[in-house]
Amino acid sequence: MISVRNISKKFGKLEVLREFNLEFEAGKSYALMGPNGSGKTTLIKIILGMVIPNKGDIIVQGDSIKNNFKYRSNIGYMPQIGRYPDNMKIGQLFRMMQDMRPEIKEYDLELIGTFGLDQMMEKPMHTLSGGTRQKVSAALAFMFNADILILDEPTAGLDPMAVETLKNKIKKERDSGKLILITSHILSELDELTDQAIYIYEGDIFFNDSVDALKETTGEDRFTTAIARLMEWSLKKKQHKTEMSHV
Amino acid sequence: MKTLFIILFLLSSPVLADTIRLKPGDSIKEAVAKAQVGDVIILTAGEYIEHDIIIQKAITIQGQGMPTINGKDQGDVFIVAGENIHFKNLKIINTGKSNIDDSAAIKFFDSRNCSVEGVELDNTFFGLHFSNSSNLTIKNNKLFSRAEREYQTGNGIHLWKCKDSMIEGNYVEGHRDGIYLEFVTNTISQYNTVDGNKRYGLHFMFSHDNSYIKNTFRRNGAGVAVMYTRNVLMRDNIFEENEGPSSYGILLKDITDSEVVGNIFRKNTIGIYMEGSSRTLFKNNAFTSNGWALKLMASCDNNTFEANNFIANTFDISTNGSVVLNTLKENYWDKYEGYDLNKDRIGDVPYRPISLFSVIVEKIPSAVILWRSFMVTLLDRMEKIIPAITPENMIDNNPKMNPYDLS
Amino acid sequence: MFKLLKYSLYDILKSRFAILYTIFMVLVAVSIYQVSEDLAKVSLSLLNIMLMIVPLIAAVFATTHFFNNLEFTELMLAQPVKRRNVFLSQILAVIIMLSAAILIGFGIPMLLWGADESILILLAIGIALSIVFAGLAFLASVLTRDKAKAIGISLSFWIYFSLIYDGFVLYLIYSLSDYPLEKTTLSLVFLNPVDLGRIIMLMKLDISALMGYTGAFFQNFFGSAKGMLLSSSIMLLWISWPIATAMRIFKRKDF
Repeated sequence: MISVRNISKKFGKLEVLREFNLEFEAGKSYALMGPNGSGKTTLIKIILGMVIPNKGDIIVQGDSIKNNFKYRSNIGYMPQIGRYPDNMKIGQLFRMMQDMRPEIKEYDLELIGTFGLDQMMEKPMHTLSGGTRQKVSAALAFMFNADILILDEPTAGLDPMAVETLKNKIKKERDSGKLILITSHILSELDELTDQAIYIYEGDIFFNDSVDALKETTGEDRFTTAIARLMEWSLKKKQHKTEMSHV
Repeated sequence: MKTLFIILFLLSSPVLADTIRLKPGDSIKEAVAKAQVGDVIILTAGEYIEHDIIIQKAITIQGQGMPTINGKDQGDVFIVAGENIHFKNLKIINTGKSNIDDSAAIKFFDSRNCSVEGVELDNTFFGLHFSNSSNLTIKNNKLFSRAEREYQTGNGIHLWKCKDSMIEGNYVEGHRDGIYLEFVTNTISQYNTVDGNKRYGLHFMFSHDNSYIKNTFRRNGAGVAVMYTRNVLMRDNIFEENEGPSSYGILLKDITDSEVVGNIFRKNTIGIYMEGSSRTLFKNNAFTSNGWALKLMASCDNNTFEANNFIANTFDISTNGSVVLNTLKENYWDKYEGYDLNKDRIGDVPYRPISLFSVIVEKIPSAVILWRSFMVTLLDRMEKIIPAITPENMIDNNPKMNPYDLS
Repeated sequence: MFKLLKYSLYDILKSRFAILYTIFMVLVAVSIYQVSEDLAKVSLSLLNIMLMIVPLIAAVFATTHFFNNLEFTELMLAQPVKRRNVFLSQILAVIIMLSAAILIGFGIPMLLWGADESILILLAIGIALSIVFAGLAFLASVLTRDKAKAIGISLSFWIYFSLIYDGFVLYLIYSLSDYPLEKTTLSLVFLNPVDLGRIIMLMKLDISALMGYTGAFFQNFFGSAKGMLLSSSIMLLWISWPIATAMRIFKRKDF
């Protein structure tokens, strides 16, 4: 569904992604992991077209994303921090986003209801708390029944109840055959939500396989410890990467 | 003696004068030759092709229904030397184009008591040309020249060594100088409109004791230039739209003991340019929207500028020296920013009409392109607070708070 | 494009700044009309506002707006819309807001107390300079990731064009006064949008003085519609190139 082909990206002299190749398939959910500054967000932004790669291409549902914007109507994106026009009301924001996808007529309004956003449609964005904004971001990401969902730290700042609601929603969408890509610092959450693990380290793919394979390789039963082991390795020696990534 | 008696007799009894009627095709020259003193030759409507018609006796050439006399680009049309010779209601076109013999529509020599009224000239080299004549009446004529360059045309109304004359209500367009007077005295020019001439609208030299009243001089190549003359009165004239690098509302050179009163100077590059002039009063004039209202050269002295309006000029005054021997008083300056605490309608602080930047522009004309930039405004402000370069005594100590009603 | 603009505009017009700026313009216009006894003086007082204050506000506001709206821009970039349209909607919203403040701010007093051609031209110049400086501000903004730096660059543009540049031209004229530099000066002036606006105004207010320039070239330039036409088209260039360049950079910028 998404194939990342030979993507390289430099910010100035800093090489963030090096000859990156990845395949994301429909019906699977991916946990994108790596230490701070490893290039997770850059990769997501490249897929979304917000960052332009120096080299390589990305194919989304068969089309290159170069000079293309239509493919984004099939991506639901929940940013790490959702910032919206201050003077816009929630309801207006939703209408505006719907306005940008005129071809989509049916909306998934489930989260709006469960988050109780329908009670505050007239509230301007700048009066909202960080958590409510996050709820708005989540509602927007799922609103258009997009085939691809990219969620950047989706649960950060949400109250526990909302976290549960969101997790259930993610699971539901995953089970209905969508491609889901999540980055998170909360590893337990990733264990619950994803079946594929991608670990990025210093611009390279350090690990890319199913969660089961990860547990097997590291010899750990629990996802969190498996990841911790992975991080240990990655820090120790770089040559591990070559053998690991081809397991 | 006998002839003189007859002339006087005929003059005093016009009833005896004959009327000779001509129609197109008839010869004016023959008619003139046959005519007796006091006769009126009437040209009926149509075109007469003739030139160098010489008139030396007191007759009147009068048109009926604006006949046209076509000189076919050769020489003068009428050449006149005599007394009591009058031209009325005709049209004269196409004189020769010679600078050597100064071809003109009507040329007068040594004449007296002559008049030209209601005559229309088109495509003439000189229009009406008078030398050494007196008691002339030049009234309600229209003069057009179609030349493209200054050297291709002569003056519209040209007087040389004339006196005691009246130039009134004429319209002069497209000539070299609209009205040209040299050694002309005791003459009044009034209600004339002089528009779009190649060089000067009005040009006079050595012409003392003349008055210029209620004339309009507009869009002439270099405006109006008057020189070497004393005792001139210029009143209620309009000088406007004379724009160009050497174009003036009036250029005054060596003009003394004169009065320039109640005139309007509008949209001229330079309203008045003065050099070597003295003891002249400028009062109740309105200077509006000129590049420079006044350029007062240091060679001028004892002139008084009183009760004038200076409104919307780019620069009010500029000068080339630092010594100022002229008086400015009770003028209205729209750039004046003073106050009037005692409410006597006179500003309580003096006004200095010369700005620092106008001094710079005087030295480097191309700097004018920076006018009204923040930089220049800043410079001018600084100079206003601490005057360093602008002449100390170019100052109006009693600037008026409100403009005069000079309409 | 139109949808994006609609929303950007809605946001900007409801901002406190838009209201404050419009009120400021109304106050300026009212006080100028109150102080000046005739329309000629009104346009003189307006000239400095349009040439100095308006570009300054445009530059600072456009930069601030770009960075304050960065997250919104990012949000839009993740939507199925063209990058070009995201950029254009942002800058157009800024331009429309700035122009509307000028038009409303001066329009109401003008309807009350009258206006002449030169005041209308001044308003047009104010709007043109707003666009030029909003364009330059966006250019500064896309060139750097740091808001403070971008505001610094925008302010430098402003100081350079409204003060330093003229000082430099004056110095050049003064130190090379022995040479015929008229054409050079005139073309130098065309390289500065603020000067250009000023020249257009000079051609209205001080044409008589400008006609004092020697040479057939200047007679022709200032004396006919040619000067106005050329100045306006160069102003159009000034309006378009910063925006076009900023857009080119924006299209390949990383967010």
